[in-house]
Amino acid sequence: MQGLVHDLGAFWGTLAGIGLSLLYLVAVLLTVAFILVFDRKVWAAVQMRKGPNVVGPFGLLQSFADFLKFVLKEIVIPSGANKTVFVIAPVITVLTSFMAWAVVPMAPGWGISNMNVGILYILAISSLGIYGIIMGGWASNSKYPFLGALRSAAQMVSYEVSIGFVIVTVLLLVGSLNLTDIVNHQKAGIWDWHAFSFIGAIVHGGSFAKVALGVVTGLIMFMMLWIFFISALAETNRPPFDLPEAESELVAGYQVEYSATLYLLFMMAEYVNIVFMCAMISIMFLGGWNLPWAEVTNPFIGCLVLYVKIWVIFFLFAMVKAIVPRYRYDQLMRIGWKIFLPTTLVAVAVVGAYVAFFGGNA
Amino acid sequence: MISIAAFWILSAVAVISALMVVSARNPVHSVLFLILTFFTTAGLFVLLGAEYLAMLLIVVYVGAVAVLFLFVVMMLDIDFVELKQGFMRYLPIGGLVALILFGMFIMVTSARIEAKIDPNMLASPTPDVSITSNAKAIGEILYTNYILFFQLAGLVLFVAMVGAIVLTLQHRQNVKRQSVTAQTARNRKTGVEIAKPKTGEGVSL
Repeated sequence: MQGLVHDLGAFWGTLAGIGLSLLYLVAVLLTVAFILVFDRKVWAAVQMRKGPNVVGPFGLLQSFADFLKFVLKEIVIPSGANKTVFVIAPVITVLTSFMAWAVVPMAPGWGISNMNVGILYILAISSLGIYGIIMGGWASNSKYPFLGALRSAAQMVSYEVSIGFVIVTVLLLVGSLNLTDIVNHQKAGIWDWHAFSFIGAIVHGGSFAKVALGVVTGLIMFMMLWIFFISALAETNRPPFDLPEAESELVAGYQVEYSATLYLLFMMAEYVNIVFMCAMISIMFLGGWNLPWAEVTNPFIGCLVLYVKIWVIFFLFAMVKAIVPRYRYDQLMRIGWKIFLPTTLVAVAVVGAYVAFFGGNA
Repeated sequence: MISIAAFWILSAVAVISALMVVSARNPVHSVLFLILTFFTTAGLFVLLGAEYLAMLLIVVYVGAVAVLFLFVVMMLDIDFVELKQGFMRYLPIGGLVALILFGMFIMVTSARIEAKIDPNMLASPTPDVSITSNAKAIGEILYTNYILFFQLAGLVLFVAMVGAIVLTLQHRQNVKRQSVTAQTARNRKTGVEIAKPKTGEGVSL
């Protein structure tokens, strides 16, 4: 966006930047609309149902019908609710979920902001997402939403820690907080993707000690991918970690009192976050816009490659939702604090040693 | 032009929300305004070119500290009227603290402009922002010149954490606890017992 201001002048540059952001927004929203149908279709297929199949060909337009339904319904605000906070909460949730997209580069040179603290920005914004949920739960002035909000906040705070450490391992290998740098670090081919960097350690060669520690680091990075994946499930309140809504115990958690458009905002934010996590996994571990065998410099092809990766990872998200039963709350906390946190801490130490002694895979 | 507009908007929101922190009737609203203040301050840091500091402010204060604040304030059952009664009584002391802080700000900022550059500082200058990112610059100075202070600060936090745990942890007897290893190690043999009771006798458990 700075480039736009630089090329077109303050006024037209800003206007073009706003246009670009809108384009990005619409692209993300359309992706979310179709990924929602895809999610339901996968879920249905696992359970041998047909899933949505009425609106449009194969039910493809179901999300748009749902959207219309939500928008046209009446917003009910409970009389005991704290009205301002009640309305602001879903808006904050949806805003933060979209804000995180600002630093995601979709292709070489494509992105709204190429800031050099991109990863930190993402951590900062994702920590803001909690507020929407806590505020929503509190403002509803009812017990179930409040319990749901407390659960959800505890859950998100817990898993942010392990997500942070996983990100640190990637940062150590890359040596930069910039997302484009992270992708470019993996451009050579599949052996350099962080998830498969144990192959890269052998390919690059060097002294025996370097290769050995490199393979260990690579295997750790492969593990980090899955820890990140599981933490992402918990962070976005996806099943099997959807305890904040836990419809069997808490009815729907923090969103019990929400209806119509306000509920739609919560749900949209959740899916925008999920797609965002898919994008993060592909960027940090699976080479971003690069093909497994070659670097991609054409932005159109790059965008397509990254898009395909996002959908493939979302398929995993959908399958987990369909297959794995819901966790108990204490199990969830145990995994977060007693397993993921120590594991990722050790991983940071080992990856740090590899980078400090052998300079990483570069 | 955009940065000037952004500065005025951000600082206005920061000042107003800081005022609202102390004047809001509902404590939860106060905390929410506090978060807004943090957020806008982070925006001001970005305008100064200190984006690393800005992100850290949000991650640490908004993402962790303020969440705890909000938790505590929401859980407490507070009498709002009683809370407001002490306001005028504490106003002089609070005002004095604010005044001293403000004076210190002025002294620090003016000292930075007036003081001659210390030759000791020049021996290891921080790299210029134009050639390095400020995350890197902070890292280079934090892990070299200030490593002792950095580690000591970490130690202080660690001691505080251990202290909090020691104060709250109680080992109570006669409490049924789950053993996760025992739970996951259960299999068909240990988990199920097949009893074949005779008619009219039942099973003794």
